[in-house]
Amino acid sequence: MLETTYARAGSVAEAVKLNKAGKGEGKYLAGGHTLIPAMKQRLASPSVLVDVARIGELKGVKVTGRKVTIGAATTHAEVAADEKLRAVCPALCHLAGHIGDQHVRHRGTIGGSIANNDPAADYPAALLALDATIVTDKREIAADKFFKGLFETSLKDGELIKAVTFTAPAKAGYAKFPNPASRYAMAGVFVAGQKDGPRVAVTGAGDDGVFRSKELEAALGKGLDASKIDGVKVPPKGLMSDIHATAEYRAALVKAMAKRAAAATAS
Amino acid sequence: MAKVSMTVNGRAVSGDVEDRTLLVHFLREQLGLTGTHVGCDTSQCGACVVHVDGKAAKSCTILAAQAAGSTVVTIEGLANGAELHPVQAAFKEHHGLQCGFCTPGMIMASVDLINRVGPGKLDEKAVREGLDGNICRCTGYHNIVQAVLSASNAMAKGGKGKAKAKAA
Ligand SMILES: Cc1cc2nc3c(=O)[nH]c(=O)nc-3n(C[C@H](O)[C@H](O)[C@H](O)COP(=O)(O)OP(=O)(O)OC[C@H]3O[C@@H](n4cnc5c(N)ncnc54)[C@H](O)[C@@H]3O)c2cc1C
Ligand code: FES
Ligand code: FES
Repeated sequence: MLETTYARAGSVAEAVKLNKAGKGEGKYLAGGHTLIPAMKQRLASPSVLVDVARIGELKGVKVTGRKVTIGAATTHAEVAADEKLRAVCPALCHLAGHIGDQHVRHRGTIGGSIANNDPAADYPAALLALDATIVTDKREIAADKFFKGLFETSLKDGELIKAVTFTAPAKAGYAKFPNPASRYAMAGVFVAGQKDGPRVAVTGAGDDGVFRSKELEAALGKGLDASKIDGVKVPPKGLMSDIHATAEYRAALVKAMAKRAAAATAS
Repeated sequence: MAKVSMTVNGRAVSGDVEDRTLLVHFLREQLGLTGTHVGCDTSQCGACVVHVDGKAAKSCTILAAQAAGSTVVTIEGLANGAELHPVQAAFKEHHGLQCGFCTPGMIMASVDLINRVGPGKLDEKAVREGLDGNICRCTGYHNIVQAVLSASNAMAKGGKGKAKAKAA
């Protein structure tokens, strides 16, 4: 790991200011479970690390009616165990509870996960299907506009995610086929029954990161019934081929996970 | 350089570290607590698991500076003098180790799991899932799972070292 300077921020304003002092080479540090491994491999070498993990205003889950707000520095374990959230959107608790392993879940955060936008990460699929809004220190960004390809988001330099908000749909489900070694998704599908029809988002499989599946949304248009997916053809075009799986195999996985996710919306 | 202070195994400690120093290196090299191991550089093996503020975490993926102000428990902090923690005793009893390299992380993860779920409330599936962040090259896991189940049940019966286990 190359040298760096560590600074712990006590507030959002202080974090933004400390990051500015890094002159474009600074990075926020939340759980560190993506950034520190990347720094060890020298894939990242920020001049300043601004620790945001202990900022009170970035922490915790709030549920008012069906409106959910999750602070950016809330850990996967905290999301998985939140009973208020489970009451309105159990699919998101299930998703958070299956990220990596327990030790990763104790440290990794929702803000870090979506800022990183790994094409195999779980949260991007949920936020896209849940039609979530990403709240930063500067503005509010719709999930549709936030995730841009592999490891790319619409965040500007130094922009800090404060929270994620969404209205819990009546029904939602998530299923992933984890890579047996890393536990990242080889294909993960989040199905949300929104008022104006289903939103189905796929992670782990797309060549260009998380995406919504037109085919699956059309199939589930008349109800979130897993059997409706039987006749769907998920096209391998635009899906990823790598050492773990071909695009054709991923297409089959997407369909299988979509069926499981649709079935999970009933529970 | 940064001066970091934290509580390790009940003792207030401090030291000067580079900002990039990992918690595991602070524990091993500055505090001489070499029970915590490093088995990989990809944050996947779990040999380095310690408890940070009561939660199992990979000390190879935390900076010492991040842990400043925290309470850390390592494998050296489990036993009560000569009396082993029930999980340590169960690993010995059930042959839950061969080379022993993964064992400190495996035991810290198991103590966290039992505390989190509640003593006596684990079954085989829950143990296997709960330990999926810890890799063992030797045992084939069977005896590890038996050890954790046995410790969990012993702790539910108020087995020795329970108070200590709670604090960990
Ligand atoms: C062994 C292992 C297995 C894993 N398995 C999975 C898995 O199955 N599924 C999955 O989805 N993930 C997985 N992960 C990744 C894990 O979820 C990470 O914790 C997460 O992706 C990043 O969150 P973090 O809080 O650790 O972020 P960090 O590593 O601290 O930061 C990641 C990036 O986000 C930026 N950032 C952090 N917080 C903010 C903020 N508030 N505003 C703006 N930018 C910010 C940082 O500057 C950095 O660029 C795994 C990780 C490991 C080590
Ligand atoms: S040394 Fe392998 S996970 Fe920490
Ligand atoms: S006992 Fe050798 S690695 Fe587990």
